Amino acid sequence: MGKLRLISASGILLVFGAWAIVTYSGLVDALFLPTPTQVLLEAKKQLDDGTLFLDIEMSFYRILMGFLLSTIFALPIGVLMGTSKYWNAFWEPLVGFIRYMPAVAFIPLSILWFGTSDLQKFFIIFLGVFFQAVIMIADNCKTVKKSVVEVGLTLGLNKFEIIKDIIFRAALPSIWDTLRTIWGWAWTYLVVAELVAASSGLGFRIMQAQRYLSTETIILGILVIGILGLVTDLLFSYLAKIMFPWREREKISN
Amino acid sequence: MAVNELVAQSVVKEFSHKKKSFLALDHINLNIGEHEFVSLLGPSGCGKSTLLRLVAGLDKVSEGQILLRDQEISKPGRDRGVVFQQYSLLPWLHAWENVAFALKKDKTKSKQEKKELAFHFLELVGLKGFEDAYPSQMSGGMQQRVAIARALVYKPNLLLMDEPFGALDAQTRKEMQDLVLKVFTEARSSVLFVTHDVDEAIYLSDRVYVMSAKPGRIAKEIKIDLPKPRDWNVQLSEEFLKYKREILVELQSQKK
Repeated sequence: MGKLRLISASGILLVFGAWAIVTYSGLVDALFLPTPTQVLLEAKKQLDDGTLFLDIEMSFYRILMGFLLSTIFALPIGVLMGTSKYWNAFWEPLVGFIRYMPAVAFIPLSILWFGTSDLQKFFIIFLGVFFQAVIMIADNCKTVKKSVVEVGLTLGLNKFEIIKDIIFRAALPSIWDTLRTIWGWAWTYLVVAELVAASSGLGFRIMQAQRYLSTETIILGILVIGILGLVTDLLFSYLAKIMFPWREREKISN
Repeated sequence: MAVNELVAQSVVKEFSHKKKSFLALDHINLNIGEHEFVSLLGPSGCGKSTLLRLVAGLDKVSEGQILLRDQEISKPGRDRGVVFQQYSLLPWLHAWENVAFALKKDKTKSKQEKKELAFHFLELVGLKGFEDAYPSQMSGGMQQRVAIARALVYKPNLLLMDEPFGALDAQTRKEMQDLVLKVFTEARSSVLFVTHDVDEAIYLSDRVYVMSAKPGRIAKEIKIDLPKPRDWNVQLSEEFLKYKREILVELQSQKK
């Protein structure tokens, strides 16, 4: 375990090391890539005046709402799609079609419809994430082993009970993985939405910094998003261990 | 005349795929009496598992009919219990919960009663102390014991077992056969047992249907008049070998 941690840390150290070397040595102009010190100073400044936490709070709120909104709708529709050929027949072409429309291209329209409000951010996240989530959740349900479904049938369970007590339960760990993936995508769409039209948030801060060529602010914003992503990702996998203790033991390597 | 638990009359099962059709079962007639242990024995591809799935209600007959206590089978139901070959436990439930899951539809029992029943049946199949294990923590033999407990706990009239020990090693397999003899004598249910193991079929059954393949037919019906209760010694007896010879000759003749 300690050995694996060391390997994990070395990967990150390598990247930061490379960054430090090319910047401190003056190999790269500070205008293009600031030194770690500059970024840290910027972080201190933003921590002191409170903007950093305000931005994080704002962005986190938006992404959480967009994510929850998508999940609340994607979960039942995806499960129904994965378990009923009629639902599947109705949704699959529709979802398949909209899924390929670039969410980013909807930004001008979204501003027209919702202005620069938070609603517009939710909408872009929803558009980017919901349709993918539906397809993936449907697939999670479709790959449940036929043998466990037949067990339910022989025990006299009805269609609804089979979906609720067998298919959904069996698919839950992979649905959880889907949500984890989806959460990552939601970050991307949030930042895109904030880059274009916002007056607060991490994406807005990055956009604003661009105007003043303040690259250390840009790098700080990117790093903070990365760290937040990493933390939530760890939270997802930690919760998975608690919720699916039986699954841990099924994995190939231990 | 004894009461028939199950009667199959001229059962035909045809599978069709892309305009090609394949005759899996060709006019099968069989019956299982009350408290009777009947085996379907045959080479792979003879349709014995297909026949069991029809009785379970997981597939539908193409022609003919299958009657369970004079009622035609149309779908799966709790009057029949099924033990599948493997991987039939719900991996997210503990052993006892897997057994209690079979009582989900039973509104007459409290949660506590269901748990006690589950523990009781796990003890019956020799799994005392493993109530809280997950399927992934158990060996194949232990998992099948849980599956048997689950099929027994709601007391179906007819138990269907589809090569339940096919994936187990020889030693475990013998243990499981003795377990089956013991618990089914106690439970007094009728059993339809699918196997390709000649010794297993003779050892466990009151009657054996020997099947032939392509298309699946009943080639021979053999009544096993070995005294009960049986133990492994019986497998060395003259009569046992006589049955075995009879079946092997039949299976051999199919190859020509």
